[in-house]
Amino acid sequence: MLDILKGPIAAVQDFFVLTGTALVNVVRKPRYTADLLLQMDLIGVGSLPIVVLTGFFSGAVMALQLSRPLVQYGQVGRTGQLVSITLVRELGPVLTALMVAGRNSSGIASELGSMKVTEQIDAMRALGTDPIQKLVTPRMSATAIMLPLLTIIADFVGMFGGWIIAYYILNLTTQQYWTSVWRALEWSDVAQGLIKPFVFAFVISLVGCHYGLRTTGGTQGVGRATTQAVVAASVMILALDFFMSKIFVSQAVS
Amino acid sequence: MPAPPPASVLRFERVSVAFDGVPAISDLSFDAAGGETRVILGAAGSGKTVLLKTALGLVKPDDGTVYVFGQNITGMREHELFDMRSRIGMLFQESALFDSLNIEENVAYPLLNQKSIHCPPEEARPRVEEALNFVELGGTLEKFPSELSGGMRRRAAIARAVVTRPALMLYDSPTAGLDPITAQTIIALIIKERDLNNTTTLIVTHRYQDGNLLANYRYNSADGQLIPAGDRDVRTIFMVMKDGRLVFEGSQDELEAARDPYIAKFYKQRE
Repeated sequence: MLDILKGPIAAVQDFFVLTGTALVNVVRKPRYTADLLLQMDLIGVGSLPIVVLTGFFSGAVMALQLSRPLVQYGQVGRTGQLVSITLVRELGPVLTALMVAGRNSSGIASELGSMKVTEQIDAMRALGTDPIQKLVTPRMSATAIMLPLLTIIADFVGMFGGWIIAYYILNLTTQQYWTSVWRALEWSDVAQGLIKPFVFAFVISLVGCHYGLRTTGGTQGVGRATTQAVVAASVMILALDFFMSKIFVSQAVS
Repeated sequence: MPAPPPASVLRFERVSVAFDGVPAISDLSFDAAGGETRVILGAAGSGKTVLLKTALGLVKPDDGTVYVFGQNITGMREHELFDMRSRIGMLFQESALFDSLNIEENVAYPLLNQKSIHCPPEEARPRVEEALNFVELGGTLEKFPSELSGGMRRRAAIARAVVTRPALMLYDSPTAGLDPITAQTIIALIIKERDLNNTTTLIVTHRYQDGNLLANYRYNSADGQLIPAGDRDVRTIFMVMKDGRLVFEGSQDELEAARDPYIAKFYKQRE
């Protein structure tokens, strides 16, 4: 019985050790600024198209779906309010994180996994570099910087998608829509909408690195690590989102 | 040039390593002196690669002690090992060049990243060129590892390992997967590095021919060719590993006199 638990518990311990080391390395020298910038480009700029598309369609579909109940209560004018609150609090952070997890947790896991199985990680250590400092910390910092920015973009594009539905299908005026979007938001919504992606960024990058660095078993192992990284990152994002929402909502109520 | 090599360069004392409870090395002891060549033979999975990785501190022994340049590295933390590693060159089995860097950046990597080497960036380029000329790959600086053939990758990896002029070189199966002619070139390079810089050399291989060349040939700096050494050099020691244990240690003559069928298998390859 205990033997079955040994593997998973050791993996969780490895993950927390990796997290701790990667965080400590942020303030430690040497700093690999070029790697950080490269990763910011790959993770941030590279994810832009997919994040914009996701944001746009989720905003548009929200407006479309909510229009029916709103018509029932004669409150179509509140479309903007609903779209902006759902996007900023929930859909923007979660959908962006899931898309970036699908794109970058897998990318990180397969890149580090291939390096692991071809002994490049060992070579790096043999040549005087700490792989966590050189590979993990830049990816973690880059994701932590870029994911909140991507979320802001996704939120805004989503609101724009909602506006297209509101203007062309629900026949609201532009001013009516954007005023209700703007009025609906409070500081706590914005805070929640930015803290969530910041936390998700650590999940996306560190889960990818964790599975990548423990890859064994050749190219087949790289494929396995990639799949596991995406699944684990997605589940952790959804679970963490629930708990974080719970904290924010109960704070707002009390 | 490093200072004259100390008496013991690499010493294993009853070292055991296991992965997930499966032993990879059991109770291994040996002592390699400066300037020595050690040829480590053994079947696949007999713990040869693990031995080299343990010497570099990449793998931590479960039991026993490892001394490198007279220093006990067993209890050292990762960042304390970097100083020791900067004096060792390692050729990995699949070359392990960094895919994302070109050959120049790959070879310059140890110069620019090892703290104890103190190589200013402007001095790196000539040293990289020197190392690449040493392995006769002068014109490949801008190429990426994926654009090179297997033998060229192996040579570039040797350049990366010797660019810091290490006192100890570890070669993990340098001829594996190469055709006989390319394999011969690689061994010639290893002999050249050994004889020009008086490097202590540990080489893991499953080809007896490699060991035979190392034991009986010298690099002649006058014409750049290998010449037969006058008599068999006692400074070449053969080690045979089986299932993580050292089953033979001695000179080439002793190896060829061994009766054990596992050991005999290796030198009979030659015929």
